[in-house]
Amino acid sequence: MIESYAKWLVAHPVRMILVSILAVLILAGGTARLAMDQDYRVFFSEEFPPLEALDNLHDTYNKNDNVLMVLAWDEGGVFTSHHLRQVMEATREAWKIPFSTRVESITNHQYTYASGDDLVVDDMVRAPDELDPAALVELRRRATSDPLLAGRLVGRDGQVAGINVLIELPGSSDDEAGTVMAHTRELVSSLEAQYSGLKVYLTGIIPMNHAFPEATMADMSSLVPLMYLVIVVLIGGFLRSFWGTVGALFMITFSVLVALGLSGYLGMPITPPSASTPTMIMTLALADSVHFLTYMFRQMRLGADRRNAVIESLKANFQPMLLTSLAAAIGFLTMNLSESPPFRDLGNITVFGVMAAFLLSVGFLPALMCVAPVRGRVGHAWLDRAVDRIADTVVTHRNAFFIGGAGAVIVLGSFIPSIQLNDEWLEYFDESFTFRTDTEFAAKHLTGIYTIEYSLPAKDSGGITDPEYLQHLAAFAQWWRSQQPKVRHVSVLSDMLKRINMNLHGDRADYYRLPDDPQLAAQYLMVYEMSLPFGHDLSTLIDIDKSATRLVVSLDTVSTVELKRIEKEAAEWLVENAPLYMFSQGTSPTVMFAHISQRNIRQMLSATTIALVAVSIVLIYALRSIKLGAVSLVPNLAPAILGFGAWSLLVGEVGLATSIVAAMTIGIVIDDTVHFLSKYRRARTILGKDPESAVRYAFSTVGTAMLVTTTVLVAGFLVLSQSTFEMNAGMGLLTALILAIALVADFTLLPALLMWLENRQTLSITEGRYDPFNLEDKKT
Amino acid sequence: MKAQIWVLGLALALIAGSAQATREEEGRRIALEMDRVESGYGDYRASVEMTLRDRKGRESRRYMRFLTKETHGDGDKSIVVFKQPRDIKGVTALTYSHKTDPDDQWLYLPKLRRVKRISSANQSGPFVGSEFAYEDIGSQEPEKYTYRYLDQGVHEDNPCHLIERFPVNPDSGYSKQVVWVEVERMIPWRIDYYDRKGELLKTLKNSGYQLYQQRFWRPDRKEMVNYQAGKSTLIEYSDYAFSTNLSDQDLSVSALKRSR
Repeated sequence: MIESYAKWLVAHPVRMILVSILAVLILAGGTARLAMDQDYRVFFSEEFPPLEALDNLHDTYNKNDNVLMVLAWDEGGVFTSHHLRQVMEATREAWKIPFSTRVESITNHQYTYASGDDLVVDDMVRAPDELDPAALVELRRRATSDPLLAGRLVGRDGQVAGINVLIELPGSSDDEAGTVMAHTRELVSSLEAQYSGLKVYLTGIIPMNHAFPEATMADMSSLVPLMYLVIVVLIGGFLRSFWGTVGALFMITFSVLVALGLSGYLGMPITPPSASTPTMIMTLALADSVHFLTYMFRQMRLGADRRNAVIESLKANFQPMLLTSLAAAIGFLTMNLSESPPFRDLGNITVFGVMAAFLLSVGFLPALMCVAPVRGRVGHAWLDRAVDRIADTVVTHRNAFFIGGAGAVIVLGSFIPSIQLNDEWLEYFDESFTFRTDTEFAAKHLTGIYTIEYSLPAKDSGGITDPEYLQHLAAFAQWWRSQQPKVRHVSVLSDMLKRINMNLHGDRADYYRLPDDPQLAAQYLMVYEMSLPFGHDLSTLIDIDKSATRLVVSLDTVSTVELKRIEKEAAEWLVENAPLYMFSQGTSPTVMFAHISQRNIRQMLSATTIALVAVSIVLIYALRSIKLGAVSLVPNLAPAILGFGAWSLLVGEVGLATSIVAAMTIGIVIDDTVHFLSKYRRARTILGKDPESAVRYAFSTVGTAMLVTTTVLVAGFLVLSQSTFEMNAGMGLLTALILAIALVADFTLLPALLMWLENRQTLSITEGRYDPFNLEDKKT
Repeated sequence: MKAQIWVLGLALALIAGSAQATREEEGRRIALEMDRVESGYGDYRASVEMTLRDRKGRESRRYMRFLTKETHGDGDKSIVVFKQPRDIKGVTALTYSHKTDPDDQWLYLPKLRRVKRISSANQSGPFVGSEFAYEDIGSQEPEKYTYRYLDQGVHEDNPCHLIERFPVNPDSGYSKQVVWVEVERMIPWRIDYYDRKGELLKTLKNSGYQLYQQRFWRPDRKEMVNYQAGKSTLIEYSDYAFSTNLSDQDLSVSALKRSR
């Protein structure tokens, strides 16, 4: 059947080329519909409990989307007339940022004080030019000691000022975050141009959201060209054929276009993880074309004419390519079990690409080779010699390799449990992102960028002014503040009530405490609320029913482990000290990223198991041997164990992206195992060789091809490791590591294991009759 | 009624062709007419139920009583007495609105037994956590805005003038408002509020207009929807009583402390 297809193909190559190009163009049309998702929330599925909690909190109060502008000066700090005027000007201008709903800064902060018997609520700074040095000193003292301001809108050392702009994106048009960022950046550059010595740093949820598509763009624009360069060098170097390289380039490009086009038609958003798919697809497609082209060129070197070489290569490669593509697809399909939707998309898009690459390698590429003026070239004899030397070494020192391999698996595997989970979203972006450096500046000089938010319920409607509630609220805030130096700021209603109580008692410091009567507290709150101007109301802090308040903790850039520990302690504190009705779990983007890896890893463990079982079934079918299928588990599993063990020693941390690598690589590493085992089996059953000779035979027939394809795969994933987006870089590096280890395992551990098992006569594979891989002996 | 129709006719004639009338004058004319139609009631009292809704549709209610008295040559005087929730029962707000100066406002706190003056610059904030700013429910003196005639439109089968008005007070939370004034009765049906950067922030819709004293049209319901916050507030009026002989004494700071 394959033969008749191959014969038809070489008879009608132009037809196949045209049909392929037409199909690719139609499918590629979907790329026009690709849209980048601009929200960190895309990493979480709707069912993720912390996301539900956060949505609920945002529906009750307001969404916490914001832009935080941090103003810093060469010298002088915040408290000079000039600099305060600049803060005031920037505050006024910030109101013009699209979708802004409130702007908070030290100048428009609603400062409360007593004037006679009245409560005065007014902008903290109204006329900065009129402030004399003494007034500036006093202002500085008040601001840097005010729990509502210090560590949030003004640095505790008085050197930087923050302008916090709350943004409510309507979500009705594309690129709203981009519009906000464009306007804000324009504002920043005009401020910096206007005031020399002023530098403005940007951070917050909106800049973070915007950094994701920026990471996507950076990956698309730097990694894809790099990948093309790698392809030209590798394919050109191995094949030494101009037209072969051209054909591979076309086929790879088409595969990516088809995959992206399909995802566009299906409405999958482009996220930084799914932006890594072009690089992955190119890598996997390249491996397919290497299989087809090396075999074809070998046939031509052996004297076959071009068309016959194409037919022979198709016959020899059709089934193995189908099986390895299926196996890779299985591995990537298990990504659908991931907790995080972008990784499901990554898996599916790659599956499209892998299947497209298979169809193109058995359709378009052979057809193109029929019409292009390709010539057979000399092979790489030194490579073959090197592979044969490896075979000699492995056969001679098989016990050492077997014990060494098994020992390495046990030793490195024992380090896996010490891997820490870490998903600090700031570290997803490397230092080439201004978002990263600006955020680090803000975290160093102004406030914590990692947050935990609580909505703490009171007993009933209006219950937030109940003294019991307020006392525990204040105590909880105090508990957080005592977690130094990790906690930078706590925003809580009790601070405001204490202050108003003091203000309404003639600013007497001994009244800086909570009112002990619920009605009194409610009425204080009402005076305060009635005195607040537009954009300063308490709706971000109190729900409409006055039955819950929000508490926001700003933390230093702590590790995920640390964050989870402190979050757990906070929950325990609430259980032990606060009334039952007040209990609530903290949530925030930081908390969500901290918890997603753990859930994801649980799901990826089952994904890995499924991939392993499915891939083993494919192998058992391919090799027609349950025993060999069982043996193949070793070289398929060992690389992941060795890879993660080495990763534990070298890096020590895995995150959301690296946690999917095990399931993903299983479908890829099978490639080498299949080729090696099928040759070994052929030598044992058909050629009647003993185990040692069979190992040598396997090495000499497919060793070079394995070396070449693995090099291609490792190089491709190393390209991905150059991503500026840490998720992709880590994923690329760990995958490359595992694939390299897989080749070593297939060259050492697998043959050593085969010889050991057969000599102990626990394995007998001489029954059976059929070699579906049908790979011809290269020496025939 | 005859006078209204006459003025209306004049207004329409002006829209139709008068080269003299600018859009600014036209807008102001309609605002003055709207004020004229609304004025002259002397005083009134009404009970108010306020329903706040958040993004999730959860509701919270406040109950209060409004007392308002017209003043010759200046803005209205008004009192809001809070009835529920219980912890703010008896809290009373007194407002003297002025034509151009910022309004004067005092709050009586029964628990503290004190009257507190509210900062004058801060009338743009929300009224008891609702989507109504104080400036939305306070007295709408024509002098508080400048005007521009915009267009004609239809609100629920009622032909309307659309006029833009721009707050004079620099502390206002709005850059402009678009008021839909019914052509026939010169009553407002709808107001669109634009925030300081010119984006649509809220829409107020009046409904259930009823005629009192054969002269005064008052809505039973006012619903404010805040698009940016995703929240809304409904105000429902009941027990309207006109000409109840409210005296200036009843609407004074010293009267605030008297229990109600």
